[in-house]
Amino acid sequence: MTVNGNAVTGEVEGRTLLVEFLREDLHLTGTHVGCDTSQCGACVVHVDGLAVKACTMFAAEAEGADVATIEGQANADGSLNVIQQAFQDHHGLQCGFCTPGMVMTAAALLQENPKPSETEIRHHLEGNICRCTGYHNIVKAILAASGQDVETIAAE
Amino acid sequence: MYAFEIVRPQTVAEATAALTGEAQPLGGGQTLIPTLKQRLANPETLVSLTGIAEMKGVCTGDDGRLCIGGATTHAVVAAQAGAFPALAHLANGIGDPAVRNRGTIGGSLANNDPAACYPAAVLATGATMVTNTREIAADDYFDGMFGTALDEREIITEVRFPVAQKASYEKFRQPASRFAMVGVFVAQYADGVRVAVTGASEDGVFRWTDAEDALSADFSATALDGLAVSADGMIGDLHGSPEYRAHLVKVMTTRAVNAAD
Repeated sequence: MTVNGNAVTGEVEGRTLLVEFLREDLHLTGTHVGCDTSQCGACVVHVDGLAVKACTMFAAEAEGADVATIEGQANADGSLNVIQQAFQDHHGLQCGFCTPGMVMTAAALLQENPKPSETEIRHHLEGNICRCTGYHNIVKAILAASGQDVETIAAE
Repeated sequence: MYAFEIVRPQTVAEATAALTGEAQPLGGGQTLIPTLKQRLANPETLVSLTGIAEMKGVCTGDDGRLCIGGATTHAVVAAQAGAFPALAHLANGIGDPAVRNRGTIGGSLANNDPAACYPAAVLATGATMVTNTREIAADDYFDGMFGTALDEREIITEVRFPVAQKASYEKFRQPASRFAMVGVFVAQYADGVRVAVTGASEDGVFRWTDAEDALSADFSATALDGLAVSADGMIGDLHGSPEYRAHLVKVMTTRAVNAAD
């Protein structure tokens, strides 16, 4: 498979999860394991452009696939990309544990829907749980990242 | 998880050949992988169906039925089943976006979770399950909670849905899991209306025939006045009592009739 544009190979057991391969074999620990039961979304990565929960997919099933993780999201010069920067600007994180999954989910949303409404953003975040922020600033950050006015969303 | 091998066949014929001994099919894995993590299953080999191109996609058959490959994900159904909007709407409400990118229609139907959405669509439309060995009509397919007519190593390669004149699926979500506490699919055809209910019964998905008769005579919410569903045999758990679910069946059926188009 390729991960963030780099060709990688590895020998894994049938039961090795994609998230285990990324974290333990490739040492890409930005993809988090929160619940390990496909509820929380901290492990969201892209496989062939689609957001998936890396804790609920076997590494062997990603053979030959193009995988993208949070480590590959920054701009070429190392600066934060527009979604990451918006999360920082709008305080879209506190402890940061859910943030890699949030950013990857947001990136998938903006690829298919460049100007989502607040309702569409909230619907799309149903599989990503954050226990710190109450989601408001995450929604705000994604609206901002899509170039839309954040003043339009409900008062804080 | 216990250890197992994964094989990734490219065709239905290869998958059928691989399904021997203690081998088990693997669809999108959104139920099976959590099950394996809990060591509730112990297959020697998992036969992944996600690489079989002939089992993916949505098209309209010569007879007008909407045909969906068994390995088609919920996200693809949501995006491509525009010819049957109620079905696309149902698919778009399953789980969350990441789950919809992996979970498949064939996997969901083979599992027949009593609170899954697709069984309601299949039973309400009288769809046909095409497997690697035969065709199974919806009315012959479901066999109680997690039970189906499928043989041990039989896989659903395609599902064919007759497109309704009017239809709607309304789901009252269990807020934590997003499965249906009660979900009702109402579908109107030239020869009558079918109403299928998921999430409510201890026997899994079922047809509410009293409502079907009433709606076949008069397709309006008022036709349901006076009807009631018995709490006998309804699921009772910490999320809702049998009486609560029985009440919800009528509420969700009413909403589905009002929303049908």
